[in-house]
Amino acid sequence: MESLRRTFRLLTYNKVGFIGLLGVIFFVLMAFVGPYFVPLDTKTKVDKIYEPPSKTFWLGTDSEGRDIFSQIVHGGKDVLVVAFLAGIISTTIAVVLGSLSALAGGGVDGLIMALADIVLTIPQFPLLAVLAGLVKFNNVTLLAVILGVLSWPALTRAIRAQVLSLREREFVEAARALDLGTKHIILKEILPNMMSYIAINLIFAMTAAIYAQVGLVFLGLVPFSGHNWGVMLSLAWTRGAIFFKDSLWYIMSPVAAIALFQLSLISFTRLLEEIFNPRLRTSV
Amino acid sequence: MSTQEAQELLSLHHVVMEFKVSRRATVRVLDDVSFSVKEGEILCLVGESGCGKTTSGKIAAGLLQPTSGEVRFRGQNVWTADKATFRQYRRGVQIIHQDPYASLNPTQRVEDILSAPLLRHKIARNRREAHQQVLDLLRTVDLTPPEDFIKKYPHQLSGGQRQRVSIARALTLRPQFLVADEAVSMLDVSIRVSLLQLLERLRDQMGVAYLFITHDLAVAKYFAWEGRIAVMYLGRIVEIGPTPQIINNPQHPYTRALLSALPEADPKATRSKQRVHLRSLDVPSLLNVPRGCSFHPRCPLFEEGLCDGKVPELHAASNGVQVACHLNENEKVAA
Repeated sequence: MESLRRTFRLLTYNKVGFIGLLGVIFFVLMAFVGPYFVPLDTKTKVDKIYEPPSKTFWLGTDSEGRDIFSQIVHGGKDVLVVAFLAGIISTTIAVVLGSLSALAGGGVDGLIMALADIVLTIPQFPLLAVLAGLVKFNNVTLLAVILGVLSWPALTRAIRAQVLSLREREFVEAARALDLGTKHIILKEILPNMMSYIAINLIFAMTAAIYAQVGLVFLGLVPFSGHNWGVMLSLAWTRGAIFFKDSLWYIMSPVAAIALFQLSLISFTRLLEEIFNPRLRTSV
Repeated sequence: MSTQEAQELLSLHHVVMEFKVSRRATVRVLDDVSFSVKEGEILCLVGESGCGKTTSGKIAAGLLQPTSGEVRFRGQNVWTADKATFRQYRRGVQIIHQDPYASLNPTQRVEDILSAPLLRHKIARNRREAHQQVLDLLRTVDLTPPEDFIKKYPHQLSGGQRQRVSIARALTLRPQFLVADEAVSMLDVSIRVSLLQLLERLRDQMGVAYLFITHDLAVAKYFAWEGRIAVMYLGRIVEIGPTPQIINNPQHPYTRALLSALPEADPKATRSKQRVHLRSLDVPSLLNVPRGCSFHPRCPLFEEGLCDGKVPELHAASNGVQVACHLNENEKVAA
């Protein structure tokens, strides 16, 4: 009970961060649990085109008279899955390669850094456009893997620099004198000191993956498979939704969903900072 | 504690330490440094900043491998010894760092910091036993009541308290030898004395020997009165001997200069004290160490042809003092 209360106090310590966390939880619930409660409206209703929000259509209707809200609910899952997967893949690669580079040094270091430089040089979007022509991106996991594999180098360099600096610290030297072992030094002495940085970068990698993904779909480089905020945006665009005042709800709904989710994630990083850095919280 | 029959615990033999500063150039930070410390003995290493005190400490603690020369622990060369012997040495020698703000991991609580070595080396069999031992350790270093400290993060403690935690951590493996690298230099004077008393108590109770590194001769005098002092200058030991001898009757001109800069408690004594006038106040760069006796450009007793030719070796002077000075080789330098 006491520890539950402590956790709660820790989570609410930063107000902005806590609101971000609530936002993230809201979107996750909406995307994964929502579809069970809100059936996807696929029926064309010619008499209900571009209706404003009402009790039946919470966010109005699209160019074919379908409920926008149900599309938003169903369109989140793919976006979120790709974001989480891509973020975790790129962050894991970055932490492993960055630490390895710093600790091994020599040729391994040179090789990893050269590889990072090459990947950094490749312009991501054109490459994705070319790849879209070669591979079918209809698989969500594949898209996440490609996005993840392309976005590790920047964080890898930062991690390498941090490990290089941290391993010279006196507490690491003391751990060496105490013969605590390499595993302890990496996992218990060095890693916790980078955790807030890694967690925040994970979130940033996720937001980048969302934009990359939505962008690809929006440009039509990824085949429209299923429902997805990017697909909605692209459809709204190609149906000329930006030219009609009535269609504002159609195009703005996916934009708002993406923007609000991104904002929640970014606010959430404020909380992460405090969770992983004991120096920032004084009262808990 | 009698040091007569005590056994030699740790010694450095002709240790040279060089660091690469560029592709071609190396800098020699330690040049032919030898000393030994017996069980329960205090050896104080004094000298200006940059003279190689900390490097000597790290070599003694096994954190740096010397370029050449030997480090012996209980008579065995630790860098050629088998793993088990090295491990024994590693655990038997611990270090206390200067900066209590940098030497404790900010992400760990006091309990984590102290219990990790206890659990790793099976000194405590389980968490509960470790918890008890952590409480005992905190009591040993006068952090009482220990329950108040055990859940704290380092940033919640004061400098003196942090340094006590850092001493407690060094004690977890029950070492026989502690390298205290400027361990009290960053603390307030009021806290300094109580910490020095703590270190002395550990020596009396647990028989811990010290390599006590400091730039402050007053601290050295206070802490190592029963032990010995080694004075370092530019990577060499220039004078080594029992503390009272070094303080009252310094042989090397550099030691004299250091002592004459030390204020006395009595202002009259301070004013009447004879200052040694150095010929230069700049410490030469280690990249360009003067030929012969490295102190000769600053030495007030400099004799041309003698001092700038050959490097003086440590040789026995009076009362167990060894000194590296040409002018001292045949006769005592006139006071």
